[in-house]
Amino acid sequence: MKIIGLIIALSTGVLLISATGDFPGWADPASPASTHLSPHFIEKTMEETSVPNIVTAVLADYRGYDTMYETAVIFTAGLACFILLRIFVREEPEDRLYRHVLTGVTVRVKEGAKLPPSDDFERIDATWTPPDLIIKTICRFLIPFIQLFALYVIAHGHHSPGGGFQGGVILGASIILLAISQDLRTSVRRMREKLDAVLCAVGVIIYAGTGALCLLLGLNFLDYSALASVLHCDPVTARSHGILIVEIGVGIAVMCTMIWIYNNVSSTGKYDEGL
Amino acid sequence: MGDLIQIVVAKYNYWIYITLMMIGLYAMIVKNNLVKKIVGMNIFQTAIILFYVSTGAKRGATIPILEHGHGEHGAGAHMIHAVDYINPLPHVLMLTAIVVAVATLGVALALAIRVYNRYDTLEEDEILAQIREK
Repeated sequence: MKIIGLIIALSTGVLLISATGDFPGWADPASPASTHLSPHFIEKTMEETSVPNIVTAVLADYRGYDTMYETAVIFTAGLACFILLRIFVREEPEDRLYRHVLTGVTVRVKEGAKLPPSDDFERIDATWTPPDLIIKTICRFLIPFIQLFALYVIAHGHHSPGGGFQGGVILGASIILLAISQDLRTSVRRMREKLDAVLCAVGVIIYAGTGALCLLLGLNFLDYSALASVLHCDPVTARSHGILIVEIGVGIAVMCTMIWIYNNVSSTGKYDEGL
Repeated sequence: MGDLIQIVVAKYNYWIYITLMMIGLYAMIVKNNLVKKIVGMNIFQTAIILFYVSTGAKRGATIPILEHGHGEHGAGAHMIHAVDYINPLPHVLMLTAIVVAVATLGVALALAIRVYNRYDTLEEDEILAQIREK
């Protein structure tokens, strides 16, 4: 098997390297990729959409359909992880452990017994270890700034590198950081599973709904200049605003999908303490 | 000799991506462990992302964000030349591809976890042997 694989990989590699003879050279300004469609994007983006970041304009406006289905794909991936892994009915261990947060006293609750209603107790597993104080404190300090930066990346995607995908991943990473630095239950308390799943779908709906709104206003699907009458601005500025709305939808969908996938994969669908 | 160096300088980026891609392909075909196969798939995807981004490069051009894009836009405020900015299209395509790569990685790992729960192993030959026994 090893030899067959090596032969396949080597022969494909040699074939591809021999084909590079026809490829344009490194950073050639006259290469086919740079001469047909891209000059139009570079020269016309500003007057057609008033967005200086060409990547954002092409992503959310010229190739709006592509990005919409890309968002649908990652939503489907999150859903697939959930369906594959999530376990709802499972055998509860006979004794459940609860830890009093302030004093650190652990209480063992027998099967059928109930804990006095109090917010001071948190559920823990038998393998629970206290989170490292330094890591916990540093993450507590960092997470708000990470989230603020993520919002900046989403909102400033028109003028600097950034946009919904990048900002959404950073937002998701901030919640995942909380789950890594403490445990999964802490992060799930902040970002409930239901909220996460609903927001994931809401992100896709914001995108598709913006497109449908353009349709209702009498222009093509995802043609944001139709929003001019709603937003009270000229059609070119309306395109810029439409891109922002869509990017927010993408950001929400990506954030929630990242958290959803992480929660399911790291706890194998049990939503206990995770890693 | 000079010609050879010219060819190497013009084409070495493609050779690097092809090497990376073949490492990924080899891992996907040969490796016995499912997680190693998934890692191979990721290396393969990374090679393709690098390839696409490199096709967007232009000598002497800057990132595809228009200068003086703020403030007075419109008629003749600033002439925009396509040669001054790198090709934005591969960047757009790969932006979405990176996120989709993460999503496929998540689904692949979820499947691997299900396989592990069922067969108590991630080695392909042991899984196949267990399937044949039944």
